Amino acid sequence: MNTVSSALEPQDGPLVIGRTTLRSRLLVGTGKYATNEQMRDALALSGTDCVTVAVRRVNLVAGEPSLLDYIDRSRYAILPNTAGCFDAKTAIRTAELARELLGSEWVKLEVLGDPRTLLPDPIGTLEAARELVAQGFDVLAYCSDDPRMGVRLAELGVASVMPAGSPIGSGQGVLNPNAIRILLELIDKPVIVDAGVGTASDVAAAMELGVAGVLLNSAVALAREPLRMAAAMRDACRAGRNAFLAGRIERRLYANASSPLEGVVGSRP
Amino acid sequence: MTAAQASVEFLLNGERRSLPAGASVASLIAHLGLRSELVAVECNGAVVRRAEHATRLLADGDVLELVTLVGGG
Repeated sequence: MNTVSSALEPQDGPLVIGRTTLRSRLLVGTGKYATNEQMRDALALSGTDCVTVAVRRVNLVAGEPSLLDYIDRSRYAILPNTAGCFDAKTAIRTAELARELLGSEWVKLEVLGDPRTLLPDPIGTLEAARELVAQGFDVLAYCSDDPRMGVRLAELGVASVMPAGSPIGSGQGVLNPNAIRILLELIDKPVIVDAGVGTASDVAAAMELGVAGVLLNSAVALAREPLRMAAAMRDACRAGRNAFLAGRIERRLYANASSPLEGVVGSRP
Repeated sequence: MTAAQASVEFLLNGERRSLPAGASVASLIAHLGLRSELVAVECNGAVVRRAEHATRLLADGDVLELVTLVGGG
């Protein structure tokens, strides 16, 4: 059996977001798993070293196990989000509470427009981003795929711009790859596709555009086999990243033979 | 001492609660049986830092939010 020498394995640099350095370019959410044990195992198989969590009121009935009992903090960076916040003020309060809980100064900022679409509210997002950057947070700003919105966020000093590929949890993949490509040309902050991933090819396609990373949750947690899908996402992220770094060939209208056209048996010299 | 002075009434995550007067944020967390390292506290819109939990006394009418981390994307 032939094995590829590990010395030949292509290398890649880390993903640097503000003051945080990550080895994996896949960021994985911790919501919607059937059990905490399933979540723990899916995170391990995904190869991620950064997981997202939400901030919510405590259950006043004591004794329930904590999510943190299932997340090894020596292995994973924990990125808190402001999911469920529909105005800048609530998102800022949530970020401040997350900082108190985790002792870290970064946040995935979500300011959403309404519960039905969960589309990001651009005005509220800019308002909250400005305040949190001023407070010293590394802000990872969830936003639409409008390139100009990404530019505005980058100008405010966010650590990462995180355009939605498609609506949260919709599984539609990256609907407008051209918008992502334009955004990548306009800003020099890491761009992470956040939301909308449905399956592994969505991750690979996003990474092939040249984004710095992909954040997903539902596509793993709600798959028929979450652990297998976690492994698929790990492989897709690496595949897409390597394909981007390797540089794809031009698309051509006509064929371009891989085998020589000369010297075919019976042909005339 | 009247009954009103013997206890302190406050809103905890939107629910009306009371504790004996002199209760601190730390004693509230202990009373609820919560692990303090998993809880962040906001009082009247401002975070109460962990280092202040023991010394911050609850006052009548305080609006408290106690939060923790849960699964999310």
